[in-house]
Amino acid sequence: MTPFTNRSKPVDRRPMSLMEKIYVPAVVEGLAITFGHIFRRKPTIQFPEKQRVFGTAFRGLHVLNRDEEGRENCTACGLCAVACPAEAITMEAAERQPGEENLYREEKYAARYEINMLRCIFCGLCEEACPKDAIYLTETFTPSDYTRKQFIYTKEDLLIPHPVKEPEAYEKALGNKPKRIKQKDS
Amino acid sequence: MQITTLLFLLLSIMAVGAALMVLFSKNPVHSILWLIVVFFAISGHYLLLNAQFLAVVNIIVYAGAIMVLFLFVVMMMNLNQEDIEPVKNYRLQILGVLSGGVMLLIIVLAVMRLQETQPVQLKVGDAGLITNLGKTLFNNYVLPFEISSVLFLSAIMGAVIIGRREED
Amino acid sequence: MFHYLLNIDAFLLIEKLVLIAIIVGLCMVVAMYTTFAERRVAAFIQDRLGPNRAGPFGILQPLADGVKLFFKEEIIPNFSSHFLFILGPGLAMTFALLASAVIPWGSNLEIFGRTVPLQIADVNIGILYVFGVVSMGVYGIMIGSWASNNKYSLMGGLRAASQIISYELALGISLIALLMITGTLRLNEIVLQQQAGYWNIVYQPLGFFIYLICAFAECNRTPFDLPEAENELIGGYHTEYSSMKLGFYLFAEYVNMFISSAVMVTLFFGGYDIPFVDESTLSTNVAGILSVLAFMIKISLFLFFFIWVRWTVPRFRYDQLMRLGWKTLIPLALFNMLATGAWMLFTNK
Repeated sequence: MTPFTNRSKPVDRRPMSLMEKIYVPAVVEGLAITFGHIFRRKPTIQFPEKQRVFGTAFRGLHVLNRDEEGRENCTACGLCAVACPAEAITMEAAERQPGEENLYREEKYAARYEINMLRCIFCGLCEEACPKDAIYLTETFTPSDYTRKQFIYTKEDLLIPHPVKEPEAYEKALGNKPKRIKQKDS
Repeated sequence: MQITTLLFLLLSIMAVGAALMVLFSKNPVHSILWLIVVFFAISGHYLLLNAQFLAVVNIIVYAGAIMVLFLFVVMMMNLNQEDIEPVKNYRLQILGVLSGGVMLLIIVLAVMRLQETQPVQLKVGDAGLITNLGKTLFNNYVLPFEISSVLFLSAIMGAVIIGRREED
Repeated sequence: MFHYLLNIDAFLLIEKLVLIAIIVGLCMVVAMYTTFAERRVAAFIQDRLGPNRAGPFGILQPLADGVKLFFKEEIIPNFSSHFLFILGPGLAMTFALLASAVIPWGSNLEIFGRTVPLQIADVNIGILYVFGVVSMGVYGIMIGSWASNNKYSLMGGLRAASQIISYELALGISLIALLMITGTLRLNEIVLQQQAGYWNIVYQPLGFFIYLICAFAECNRTPFDLPEAENELIGGYHTEYSSMKLGFYLFAEYVNMFISSAVMVTLFFGGYDIPFVDESTLSTNVAGILSVLAFMIKISLFLFFFIWVRWTVPRFRYDQLMRLGWKTLIPLALFNMLATGAWMLFTNK
């Protein structure tokens, strides 16, 4: 059989030489190697204090976007749920009542919007499917929890903070990515 | 009552009690553990006689090595009490009675010759110290010592021959 | 009522009791921090950082581990012998600590005009005592493993028994060569001899090497940790143990490491001797404290070595272990003994 790579190495079945039989030189050699590793720079990133620098393509936790006046973008069209290969998104649509114009941007909105983070594979297809710029994958990742139920994120968990009422939290939650995408589009 | 007498009594009760437990325990593993207690009590007696070397060697050799082997074998063979059948061999029973009788005779004779002895005193007597023991062993008893070493050598050789793989 | 029994010096009694308490406490604390050092050194060798969250640099980690072990659920298997099951870890710990009694931890101190030797008992069979206690240590493992009523545990116990018996022989023979040179079994005297002359490692390099390997085997440390081989025996003799009883077993291993390091330092590396310093020029107390420090530094180097080897060398196979013990170490030790005897005859010592 021809090898697939040039990295294969045949097993050395020659009888051991005297130095190898004594075994101690090999142990000393191993000790030298491990001792050298003690002083190497450790690649560990100490998480809460230091955060890893993510690549520009990183896809983290979802956020449901609002427009500049703080109205929800989502119209519950269901395209994200259709696009989702893991079937993690469920939603329920409702009609906007008179007087709710400051809450929802269009006549239809999502009364219920849930993403099961245990099912989600963070592929970002929902982001691409959305015609209304309503859903983005941010640069934060899902925190751990003790129960499965906690991982079904409701609309309240997903909605981005209000840009007029809490501008700082809004900026923080927005991160860099939606801005980048907006710049690219315009 | 001196402290040595008290210790002597304690150790003796411990030794005899544990020895009885060796006989009466149903489980062979428990018997062995009681036997180890007996060895410890006897080592305590050696210490009272200021024979520290003997005491420690008794623990190293008997409690530390031979009993570990006993325990090893018993655990390995997993002797449960229901598996052990009572000995039905007639000859063995007669032999047992005979040897027990001889033992009893010795004890009776020893008790008859019993004399009043001094109670043990701490730090008196140096027969068991390692220097004296070594000197006695290699001066007065050098021939028996060497002969017993030859005996051990032959035992080792026997073990090697039995344990050697058949070559064919 | 019993005052006539205690016609010994009351001060001596207090002095010894305090010394015992200090030394046992010291063994425990050192063992605790060896577990921490083990985790940190292992992490550093594997290019990680290890536990560094509990307290500054993680130095409170052993306390957290201890608290965790105390609060774990205690499980005693149904079909085991309850008394022996509890006796096992107790024995392992007791015999591990017992050997500390004869080790000279330092030279003398002067407290309130009394000269206090930093050794609990200066018996004239010191080495043999250590040897005896070490050979008893296997009972803790064997009893616990048998009482667990579990085949993996039993296998671990049997492995421990045969391993310790095999390596004890080479250990004893390598010690005999050393004793031929020192001419005494008293540990304190051995240290004093080394203080006056050279350390014994100069005379007995091969003996030390054999002793070192056997010490690894007696402590069940990698590469000789077959009794607790995680991947074949799922923990070996402590498979069935939980809570602080498991903690005792794990702890006893570290106490054993500490004690055998102390014995090796005492026998081969000058004990509490401070290298390149003439102790007689210092005052008694200063020399005493410095000697304890020197002893501890030497021991911690050995402890580091134990850990270092564990994270370097993989475990032996069982037949390799037995072959090394019986076919290599014992003949080597016998050769060492003969060579030492010949050398002593030749130089007329």
